[in-house]
Amino acid sequence: MSDLLANDVITPDAGETPLLSLPDVSILKAAPMTRLSLRLRKAAIPAAGEAFGANLPVTPLGAEISAKRAALWMGPDEWTLLAPEDELQAVFDGIEAKLDGQPHSLTDISHRSEALIVSGPKASWLLNTGIFVDFSLEKFPVGTVTRTIFHKSPVMIWRTGEDTFVVEAWVSFMDYVAGILVESAQELAAA
Amino acid sequence: MLLIYCPYCEVERPETEFHNGGEAHIARPADPSKTSDEEWAEFLYMRSNVKGIAVERWRHIHGCGRFFNVVRDTVSDKILKVYKVDDPMPDLEALAKEAGR
Ligand SMILES: [Zn+2]
Repeated sequence: MSDLLANDVITPDAGETPLLSLPDVSILKAAPMTRLSLRLRKAAIPAAGEAFGANLPVTPLGAEISAKRAALWMGPDEWTLLAPEDELQAVFDGIEAKLDGQPHSLTDISHRSEALIVSGPKASWLLNTGIFVDFSLEKFPVGTVTRTIFHKSPVMIWRTGEDTFVVEAWVSFMDYVAGILVESAQELAAA
Repeated sequence: MLLIYCPYCEVERPETEFHNGGEAHIARPADPSKTSDEEWAEFLYMRSNVKGIAVERWRHIHGCGRFFNVVRDTVSDKILKVYKVDDPMPDLEALAKEAGR
């Protein structure tokens, strides 16, 4: 199952059975992780990246990953930072110490959302049942990350492999998102 | 559905990711305590509501979260130009001519 691993930050939750397991697409719940929302001005970008351990991407919809770190572009002055669950305090304190005196906002949002790993040759097809975004590799290459809408729920989509996507939704919307994804995939089972 | 180009994300996205923020380039009076009731009402409520080339604010609320400006033909719904909030208002007459209006 190692090919389903998104990377070393997003890992399948070992205690959960797959939500969906079809030959062409599977859905796994990701293990809990540290999620931080970081907002700051241009001048503080290099220092923040240095303290975090991965550069903050400045290309729209870009992501930067290094060992156990991922920095995701959310907007021109907003990033989501991912790290292993047990490193929350260390990462948080490290960034705060480095940015002391520079205007910024760092917020722990680890428990605001949950992530799914949607993987397989039909993964983009499945996402497109509820998202109006072109997921062709030319328009949405590996590494692209964006917020968008899945049916009626805000979601974050991060392509971590040609056939692998991380889908994040707010905790209270996750039943809705996961439920519709699983239900839509039944069309594949029927075919 | 409209397809709207976000100048911050640099991609075209469906209208459902956006929120219309009303007419653009409406400046809040610098010193509200010095404006008359009429002037304040003018600022708060009066909009040009044009049939034709309108300049609007839009927010990419389910994307980068940023406000930006859009020049839209309210008759054809065609978007003629998209620009960032700091950029000056484009030449609307030239845009209208280009669009054949
Ligand atoms: Zn945007």
